[in-house]
Amino acid sequence: MAATGKTVERTSESPRLHVGERLRILAAHREILANLVRKELKVKYAASALGAVWSLLNPLVYLAVFSFVAKVLGAGIADYPVYLLSGLLAWNLFSASMGSGARAVLDNANLVKKVAFAREILPLSAVGVALVDFALQSAVLMLYILVSGYGLHLPELALWPLSFVTLLVLTVALSLWFSALNARYRDVGHLLNIALLVWFWATPIVYAEFQVQELAGSGTGTWLGIPRLALYLLNPMTGVVAGFHRALYGFVTPKGAQVPVLFDESLAWVAGIVTITLVVSLVGLRLAWGYFFSRSGDFAEEL
Amino acid sequence: MSSLANALAIEVRDVSKRFRIYREKPTSLKQRLLTSRSRAEDFWALRHVALDVGEGSTFGLIGHNGSGKTTLLKCVAGILRPTSGAILQRGRLAALLELGAGFHPELTGRENVYLNASFLGLSRKQTDAAFDDIVAFAELEQFIDTEVKFYSSGMLVRLGFAVAVHVEPDVLLIDEVLAVGDEAFQAKCLNRVREFQREGRTIVLVTHALDTVTEICDRAAMLHHGELHAIGMPAEVVREMRHVLLGMADPGFVPEQGTREAEIVEVQIVRPDGSSHGAILSGDPLTIVVDVRQNEPVDDLDVDFAVHESTNYLVLDARTSRAGIDLGRFDKKRVRFKIQGFPYDPGKYWVTIGLSSRTTGHLYHVQTQRYLFEVFDAPRAQERVEVPVGMEVEDL
Repeated sequence: MAATGKTVERTSESPRLHVGERLRILAAHREILANLVRKELKVKYAASALGAVWSLLNPLVYLAVFSFVAKVLGAGIADYPVYLLSGLLAWNLFSASMGSGARAVLDNANLVKKVAFAREILPLSAVGVALVDFALQSAVLMLYILVSGYGLHLPELALWPLSFVTLLVLTVALSLWFSALNARYRDVGHLLNIALLVWFWATPIVYAEFQVQELAGSGTGTWLGIPRLALYLLNPMTGVVAGFHRALYGFVTPKGAQVPVLFDESLAWVAGIVTITLVVSLVGLRLAWGYFFSRSGDFAEEL
Repeated sequence: MSSLANALAIEVRDVSKRFRIYREKPTSLKQRLLTSRSRAEDFWALRHVALDVGEGSTFGLIGHNGSGKTTLLKCVAGILRPTSGAILQRGRLAALLELGAGFHPELTGRENVYLNASFLGLSRKQTDAAFDDIVAFAELEQFIDTEVKFYSSGMLVRLGFAVAVHVEPDVLLIDEVLAVGDEAFQAKCLNRVREFQREGRTIVLVTHALDTVTEICDRAAMLHHGELHAIGMPAEVVREMRHVLLGMADPGFVPEQGTREAEIVEVQIVRPDGSSHGAILSGDPLTIVVDVRQNEPVDDLDVDFAVHESTNYLVLDARTSRAGIDLGRFDKKRVRFKIQGFPYDPGKYWVTIGLSSRTTGHLYHVQTQRYLFEVFDAPRAQERVEVPVGMEVEDL
């Protein structure tokens, strides 16, 4: 009966990652992934009366608080809740995945030592859990956009799928990389928490994109010969968030406002930035996956 | 069984496995940078092991603690990577190294079955089809939709078994997991292994039960300190194993010795529910019951026990003299060592029982690492704690 089975060779060499073959193996293990995500969600909301509603409360409270705060402080951004949430939800997916993804291999030491399965499943399940929250929260935001009369902006909305895929690729790449790194060097987890804090403020989520552009000298200011805005755009999350902003917030300059909120550039420019981010993230994913795969053979010994 | 000589399910070619033992394992960046490599000691768990397992055959792997059996199994399963050599493996493989992998206390029995089954390579469809069988096998029909945090340790072990024996791989690696559970349950598991054989699956079985090896295996190998000591017909390999166990090849290990003025009659390892079979959960109380007979009058009898974990590290010991107990002269007595809670990691533990002289240290009867029990991870309820509750009822 094993005549049809494939022969696997295991040696001291860390095996080379063949993406197509590995994807097939992951596809065969997809039920472990689904079951782990289901488990995490169930455990997260077990014995809580409201269950997944808690995940929805988070953006709802943000909506309420920031509608109020924006009015009081006059933050200078019209329809601030839409601006804030369209970027913040993407950030939440990113940071939640990274946080639990980095711990994924460590926290499941017992499984890693005793069960043979594709180790990628562990950080991927962390991303999966964050993705479910992202979907729920995005539904709340969508509802708000439609019900409040803010409305959708049609050509811009086409950026959403591209931004989403970019966000996902970037998140998976970094989660894989950090989980493998954290299995070896436990400091990485602590470092990551601090890095995420800085990273959050280096990304235009709370403040207007245009403020950065203005500070950077509207594309003319340079530092060591490099345009300062380009330096800011090196942060891949800036590209992703700019994509989400353009897709959902829509206006570069809101009606009746004097100064722009988003980067004062064309839709094609933003699409270009997101595309570049996607390409870089894909390269990053291949490298991170390769690193994870070559390290994964030693996980059972290192934990 | 295949008659083709070249149809191999597993081919182990000159495999060695080295573990680095760090006195203090560098797990942080700073330590990694500052620690020189010289502080690591090498431990060779496997040295130049070569063996073949034919397709459809049942292969027994024996050897005492720390001989490298589990390491070899983990290398074949792909959990560990050999340091040198190569392993070729054909067909879909499932490794039963632990029961109930991935079990989570907050999930119901049903949900845990699906989760655990997916780790063992069963698809949702296959699990659906086998589900009623699994539940019936575990005898848990009434409780299957209860969260497993409310299960007893026995129920958890049964559920883990039930899933494990319903896997459908081409090659099945079994590490001792069939050795726990009560006798009726063990018989059920052994029947299931025979069914696997009839279905033409390849089985590699690691076990301490030498009789099982002669009974069901086609071929067997014995590992000794990481080296392949014997390979061939099960009966011959088992004879060699007994030979080694009797201390002729390994002077450090004497299973039974003493002058027998006092004798160990029976030893039982009793779980909190009062049964003497199977596994306990980490943190559960445990009682070691030793029945002693004096063949000749002995005044200074001292009864002691020691518990070693699987790498031969002493984790616990106690003796009656240290507790100030004078057993005196007697015909038969029963000594209970009550371990309040066994707080150690999941794994297998070997128990040594000794009768000796309190004054001279002379050995009357010693059974070295003869008894085995296994500790499982306790998936516990967060809101329920189990603390020992003492009770007394007095007539007034």
